[in-house]
Amino acid sequence: MATYNLKINGQKREVDVAPDTPMLWVLRDHLNMPGTKYGCGVAQCGACTIHLDGNAMRSCMLPVSAIGDKAITTIEGLSENGDHPVQKAWLEHDVAQCGYCQAGQIMSAASLLNNIPNPTDSDIEAAMHGNICRCGTYGRIKAAVKTAVKLS
Amino acid sequence: MSIIKTSIGRRSFLKSSAIAGGGMMLGFSWLASCQSSKTKEEILAMPKEWFEMNSYLKIGDNGVVTMFTPNPEFGQNIRTSMPMLIAEELDIDWKKVIVEQAPYHAENYGFQLSGGSLGIKNRWEPLRMAGATARQMLCEAAAQVWEVPVEEITTNEGILHHKKSGKSAGYGEMASAAAAIPVPEEVQLKEVKDFKIIGKSHKNVDGKSIVTGKPMFGIDYHKEGMLIAMIAHPPAFGMTLKSVDAASVKSMPGIKDVVTIKCYKEGVQKPITDTNAFPEVVAIVGNSTWEVMQAKKQLKVEWKPTPAKSEKFRGFRGDIETINTPAGLESSDKHKSQMAALAAKPGKVVRKDGKPEAAFKNAAKVIERSYSAPFLAHNCMEPINTFAHVQGDKVQIATTQQAPSLIVPTLSASLGIPAENIEIEMMRMGGGFGRRAYGHYAIEAALISKEVGAPIKLIYTREDDMTNGIYRPTYQATYRAAFDEDNNLTALHIKAGGIPESPLFANRFPAGAIDNYLAEEWAIDSNITIGAFRAPRSNFIAGAEQSFLDEIAEEMGKDPIEFRLELLKRAKENPVGEENDYDAERYAGVLELVREKSGWGRNQANVHRGVSAYFCHSTYAAHVMDMTLEDDKPVVRKVTTAIDCGIVVNPDAAVNMAEGAITDGVGNAFFGELTFKDGVPTKKNFDTYRMIRMSEAPKEIDVHFVQNEIKPTGMGEPPFPPIFGAVANAMYKATGKRQYDQPFLGEKEVLG
Repeated sequence: MATYNLKINGQKREVDVAPDTPMLWVLRDHLNMPGTKYGCGVAQCGACTIHLDGNAMRSCMLPVSAIGDKAITTIEGLSENGDHPVQKAWLEHDVAQCGYCQAGQIMSAASLLNNIPNPTDSDIEAAMHGNICRCGTYGRIKAAVKTAVKLS
Repeated sequence: MSIIKTSIGRRSFLKSSAIAGGGMMLGFSWLASCQSSKTKEEILAMPKEWFEMNSYLKIGDNGVVTMFTPNPEFGQNIRTSMPMLIAEELDIDWKKVIVEQAPYHAENYGFQLSGGSLGIKNRWEPLRMAGATARQMLCEAAAQVWEVPVEEITTNEGILHHKKSGKSAGYGEMASAAAAIPVPEEVQLKEVKDFKIIGKSHKNVDGKSIVTGKPMFGIDYHKEGMLIAMIAHPPAFGMTLKSVDAASVKSMPGIKDVVTIKCYKEGVQKPITDTNAFPEVVAIVGNSTWEVMQAKKQLKVEWKPTPAKSEKFRGFRGDIETINTPAGLESSDKHKSQMAALAAKPGKVVRKDGKPEAAFKNAAKVIERSYSAPFLAHNCMEPINTFAHVQGDKVQIATTQQAPSLIVPTLSASLGIPAENIEIEMMRMGGGFGRRAYGHYAIEAALISKEVGAPIKLIYTREDDMTNGIYRPTYQATYRAAFDEDNNLTALHIKAGGIPESPLFANRFPAGAIDNYLAEEWAIDSNITIGAFRAPRSNFIAGAEQSFLDEIAEEMGKDPIEFRLELLKRAKENPVGEENDYDAERYAGVLELVREKSGWGRNQANVHRGVSAYFCHSTYAAHVMDMTLEDDKPVVRKVTTAIDCGIVVNPDAAVNMAEGAITDGVGNAFFGELTFKDGVPTKKNFDTYRMIRMSEAPKEIDVHFVQNEIKPTGMGEPPFPPIFGAVANAMYKATGKRQYDQPFLGEKEVLG
């Protein structure tokens, strides 16, 4: 066990966990922040996507010991009132079915817009390739990303 | 105007409230439904007092209405569409509606099933009746208070009016008096033309919670002092537990206990939903998920082969069915040869019209084609989980179940506690698709909690989820068509089977449209567990049938839509046999609509089109798929869809369902496959199990509904089966090669 001081959603949080503990489980089990989802544990489905200094990362294979002083953003902290352009666009298109993958989808999309404010279709497809949705909401996700560009 | 007898009382609701106690989480789904106009302060201005009208709704003194949505949610959006049914007849402003998930309570809520595309179909009248009953009680209360005839009371979006005297009052003001009114024996339901809420798109009431990551799924459940549990199950179907060395992990960090559990009590009649290949498993219990995962990797367990067995299960219709599970370690290669051998022998005749043998004997030409599909894993994005806390003779469960009532008898028997002491909270499910109709994991969780004497949350790893599945079976079907010298279709023969069940629906189209028709089936026992998977059996046979019809049409030189319409015309005007399980006119209706909306016949250069249609789960669906080849890879440019599900309750949500079913279907047609080697599933996670991703999804989906006033039917399953045929038929046009064996691409090609 070791103590880690983390910057999560603008707040300082301290956890005492094994160094190899993935951020996913630090968030879910130790910090009571279950918005970030477990899907595969091998960085293949994107349900666990968070931001590290604004860039999308799969938290299920990201050990807490590798975070250092980088700032973490989770779905709970993407915006104060759930009004990030991507969240607003998701509501406008009523994207979700079961909703389980959507936190990860939203974090991937928000990271894309941080890096490419005006993405093409292939930029969107490339950025969202790591996020699986078994309900099949990809069409709405793509449309919502485009709407988020306009709302940004 | 339909007048129906009411069958809901108030007394039963009070009982359920008592059971649920304070533990029932009040969902501020309202936040999402009225986000535009309300401030947070206004939203939180909760009423001082609630008045229970019936088990489905209570009205606050400020006019806010809480609706208890009875069925569990796994993405069908029934938490929005079911309250819409209540709100329509209550005549309330949708902005004043709060939606709360009802707990499991059979007496109050009937069969709380999310499956079989039955939700809206089965709740259509009862939920409207719940709203209409409460409205009638409010009207009677107003009539009494104002001393006027009840017939003169009208309502409009939560306000009661008496025109003659000019009096009016909000529902909240009359709720107290209304709650004392006896439940009316009859209520009037609105006519379709008077609907204000039904038929208009309403956004998902949980939208805001979803996009802000609020805990709502089973896996998010948390209770103070809760431990995390995981199971170790045999690595192969056909194996069971021999021994476990608990000491191998007990001293690892955070590990509290290692226990062995047996799910079922001997001699207790199991429902079919107790399907479970691994009834005896080892559970590791500890402080945190990661710690338990580490111990799971280190656990020393020995497994041994299971003997063959024969078990009796109670089926969905109460019938007893025997399921034989052979011993041994099964492999997909051997499955293929077993299936080929049975496909070559006569099957069990399920339907025979006319003289098919003679027709084939005298045919000028016969074509024969065989189709196959592999096992599929459900791969719900939320892995299997359940929270359980056994305390003495009581148990509290928070679980993701499509049909919670089905686990109750088993829970009761396995735990040795009375059924009425089982409290089940129905958590939102991160996908169901049939998998969560099989509730063994709730039994496991409860037994683990009992063994360790603590509240626990059982979580399956993705690998557990994929390798301890209740899979879609593997199927095979051989179709033969006979033609006379004038190239007329004279007979059709289907022989279909699978491991361990047949996919045949002998009475579905094109049965009824062909004079000489023979349908046979066969099945091969297996110890690999199977169950419902989004439109069970239809999800294979639709694709096979629709591919074969495409070949017949081509053989006859006919347009594939026109050919199907000709068959349907025959089935409508002069049907063969009496057991035909479809309405030929409605079936033709979706084909005609998709023909119109897709601009069928106006072909674009380099765009290849395939058509497919199907009827299952009481809803008709037809697709036209436009495919292009880019760098020799098939790309689904557009799918035009026509659906007849009767009245469409929440149109945009229904479109979302269709889009999802189409995308899911394209993914499974292209890539879906689970194989076995010596009983071991060869894919364990998404690095090898190919799921469709955004770049491979249809670029455009255009959904149209047949407009009618028929009682609504389901949307979760029906658009899914026919997409397999649309993919196959479009690929044929694009590549010149017919597709017979799913997956059509698999590892072979990467799309787009």
